[in-house]
Amino acid sequence: MAELAAVIASTHHPFYYRASTSTGADRPPFADEWVAKIERFRETLTRAEPDVLVMVGSDHFHQLWLDNMPQFLVGKAPFFDANFYNEEREFGLPRMLLRGEEELAAHLLRDGLDRGFDLAFSNELRIDHSITCPIITLRPQANLPIVPVYTNIFAPPLPQPKRFVQLGRAIREMVESWDSDRRVAVIGTGHLSLELGGPRQFGEHGPDPEFDRKAVEWIASGDIEGCLAEVSLDSLHAPGNATHGFMDFMLMMGVAGEGQQADHVDTLDLFHTMEAYFTWYPNGLPQPREAAVAPAAVTR
Amino acid sequence: MSRYLLDKFLYTVDRDPELVERYRKDPAGTVAWWEAEMAGTLLNCIPAERTTWLSFTEDERRALREHDHVALFEMGAHPFLTLTLFIAMFERDHGPLEYQKAYGRAMQHISLPYPDIAT
Repeated sequence: MAELAAVIASTHHPFYYRASTSTGADRPPFADEWVAKIERFRETLTRAEPDVLVMVGSDHFHQLWLDNMPQFLVGKAPFFDANFYNEEREFGLPRMLLRGEEELAAHLLRDGLDRGFDLAFSNELRIDHSITCPIITLRPQANLPIVPVYTNIFAPPLPQPKRFVQLGRAIREMVESWDSDRRVAVIGTGHLSLELGGPRQFGEHGPDPEFDRKAVEWIASGDIEGCLAEVSLDSLHAPGNATHGFMDFMLMMGVAGEGQQADHVDTLDLFHTMEAYFTWYPNGLPQPREAAVAPAAVTR
Repeated sequence: MSRYLLDKFLYTVDRDPELVERYRKDPAGTVAWWEAEMAGTLLNCIPAERTTWLSFTEDERRALREHDHVALFEMGAHPFLTLTLFIAMFERDHGPLEYQKAYGRAMQHISLPYPDIAT
């Protein structure tokens, strides 16, 4: 069976690409610290030596629209073009092309439907910055096949927070029951407190630092029950009008498991929002595969 | 109240570079043209298969014609769509983050609960 090599949850800040590649007067003062944190975070994925990435994110009214809005959708295609004109325009994001892993996508769809998740699917999906941002931060070579999983955190009515957790738990079980010898990392991105297009946007910090502090604690300690006890579709309006993106973090807590302490936790307090990065190794800290092979070679 | 149609306007303009410029330069003309020609376009169907019943209220037309992002927020237009499109049109006239901060300041009188954005 496939091995769950790493579980990673992250914010997806669309300005990272521009901040990290800018030079001279254009380079923001926080760029160097941000890049250093991202490079440490990237190492947590590199060390897990994944073969395939399941990428959990949310379309921001790019391909998915209100005339036909899925709650949860799996992309099943040999390739995924990525990033849209308005993301190039506003964030300077590059066009990208990622390979798809259709066999795992088919497995998630079949097994997910049989488990009671009425997953939508797309055979021609152009993915947006909710998935390309973590590719840029965690795997800039963009050389691994992916299975995109989109959630609706954006266009109400939304699924309940507990449904995100349940889907996360199911994704873990489905990955671990995939008949394959490959190493799979599940990477999901969301937000802590965030306001977009409202009176609290673009402040000195995220709109609700107290929510951010609690959220980081829930995630880092795997406190799913504590989180579910406090978070509801209604309560998420209070920390900021785009904070429902936190439910993708809750999905990732479901993948990582109740009570599972993250092996890597880092945050960065930026203007406008707090960045947060988490990595779990479900099977313990990864050992380099070369090291595991080398002694066997010597004994032959 | 046609919150969905407001969102459809913002969505279809924001994703098209020519329409972004057209709406910046000629908001009244763009809104009138869009309501007549585009409002009924079902996005994955041929033009003959138009939706026949969608139209703006006069307040909605006015908010769009006047680039009034505060009124759009109060009507429950999706804040992400409005913000993205308005940044595309007006950020260029301001210093870094100046426009985004002014955009938020113009809404300081609005408190929770915000207008419903469900469609």
